[in-house]
Amino acid sequence: MTVPVAAQKLVNRAEVEDFLYHEAALLDEWRLEEWQALLTDDACYYVPSNDQPQSDPRRALFLIADDRERIRQRIIRVLDPNCHAEFPKSRTRRMINNVRILKVESDLISVAANFVCYRFRRYERVREYVGSYHYVLRRAGDTFRIKERRVLIDAHELGSLGSVSFIL
Amino acid sequence: MSYIVDDREKKTFLLDREVLVSEDILRKEMARVFARCWIYVGHASELKQPGDYRSRKVVGRPVIFCRDQTGKYHCLFNTCRHRGAIVCTQPEGNARRFMCIYHGWTYGNDGQLLRVPGDDAYAEGFDKTAYGLRRPARFEDYRGFWFMCLDPHAVALHDYLADAKDYIDLVIDQSPSGRTEIIAGVQEYDVAANWKLMVENSVDDYHLPSTHSTWLNFMANSGVKIEPPKEAGLVLPTKGLAVELGNGHFTTDNVNFRGRPVAKWIPLYGEAARQEIADIRSELVSRLGAERATRVADTNRNLVIFPNLVINDGSSVTVRTFYPQGAGKMHVTAWALGPVEESENARARRLDAFLTFYGPGGFATPDDVEALELVQQGLANWSDDRWSEMSRGMGKEGEQLNSDEHHLRIFWRRWNELMGADA
Repeated sequence: MTVPVAAQKLVNRAEVEDFLYHEAALLDEWRLEEWQALLTDDACYYVPSNDQPQSDPRRALFLIADDRERIRQRIIRVLDPNCHAEFPKSRTRRMINNVRILKVESDLISVAANFVCYRFRRYERVREYVGSYHYVLRRAGDTFRIKERRVLIDAHELGSLGSVSFIL
Repeated sequence: MSYIVDDREKKTFLLDREVLVSEDILRKEMARVFARCWIYVGHASELKQPGDYRSRKVVGRPVIFCRDQTGKYHCLFNTCRHRGAIVCTQPEGNARRFMCIYHGWTYGNDGQLLRVPGDDAYAEGFDKTAYGLRRPARFEDYRGFWFMCLDPHAVALHDYLADAKDYIDLVIDQSPSGRTEIIAGVQEYDVAANWKLMVENSVDDYHLPSTHSTWLNFMANSGVKIEPPKEAGLVLPTKGLAVELGNGHFTTDNVNFRGRPVAKWIPLYGEAARQEIADIRSELVSRLGAERATRVADTNRNLVIFPNLVINDGSSVTVRTFYPQGAGKMHVTAWALGPVEESENARARRLDAFLTFYGPGGFATPDDVEALELVQQGLANWSDDRWSEMSRGMGKEGEQLNSDEHHLRIFWRRWNELMGADA
């Protein structure tokens, strides 16, 4: 697919990359309240089931299909010491690259990026989540807000990755 | 020799922890449990048309669950008769033939061997009809749930399921036409724990407050106060029962207190859903009568079909099966099931309700997984700390609650018996 030149002119990729790197740092550092402030009021967060990456959460079973309120509840949950799956918290380190601006429509920007997220739980060996991020960002002054965040995991099944109990 | 201590006089039930860690015992249970019991393969709705297939593993065995050109359902071993390669490499699709890529042996979707390249090199007596894909000795369904059995002498599935059939019926009665379907999207994940711990966990209501307090918080934040309803005594004891169903099957059975897509509204579903859920309820009453409708719509059941199929009928319907990958690891497959007639909004509500609790990103399952993995890790001390204590409820007369361990003991007694141990 060719990247529309007009889209590149409207939005600077470095600007988008800075935003995504900032977001990744907040997630890796578990600064989830600050992360939440990056979301629009109608934001959603999706992790489709591995066999249905392009589906609609109203028709197919996902792993995660959060609206804004569910994201808020998810953050309350994962920060609670009684969220046993994340206590002690996973250590994560995500690498983001191949950032592409796919479409710009008025103040909405569609962005795709590749990621690897390394996760360490207690004393286990590493778990590697590999996939792509698909964002709809909304222009907000000189920065952005996240309107939609869809995470596609490349593995055919979650398998030994086990769970998605943190914000991937 | 016995893996359990089942002392009804002293009201003690102990489980030998070796059964959760030993590879030798796993080998034995593959032969005595998994090769003798009826094992869930798939649901009829996963194969909508003639020629549709799904290739999957059932207790580690690669099989093709498929329909032939006449529409008949088959379960074939996904193993070429020539040299043993997998013949169907796609997870799903529609095909008239399965061709082994190694030497080109080609089978029909009924399992018959159709083509052997260069078959003039075989001796005269070589009979292609004897080389169809092998299949499990038995393959039968109950109301769309297909099971295989490797034991040609096993009782019929209908008899094997015993009273569990009544609880499957309660799920199917949610559909006006009696047809349910597996919804697209499968959750497949590993748990670093013995498979039998998932059986226990699926029906153990004792762990709810300690393992799932964040889920209880979430429900409270969503306007759903989790306490057994006062009117619960009208149908069942407030905390719910644990019920034995024969042949090692059992279920929990409790009054619903956390909403049901069919058909009990809770604030989590939103105001807009109120009317539709009331309509679904009315349909149930007019079709089934008030009493049966109440049974279907106002009770939750977590059903275990021995040994490894769980149907959770509550805030959604989950069909979940799991099999061992070594003594300390299991692979879990979970689907959502719903009535075929469901409206788009009702279907979306069902899927959303599923995710509030279940699955690798749900608000409860990850903590269950954590609990089971902690058990498995703790069991490294099994030889010096040998017995698990499972006697809750033995000291009392009368009904056994789902927070007791009566149903867990049903499982372990049956398992112990099949393993050839003394009671």
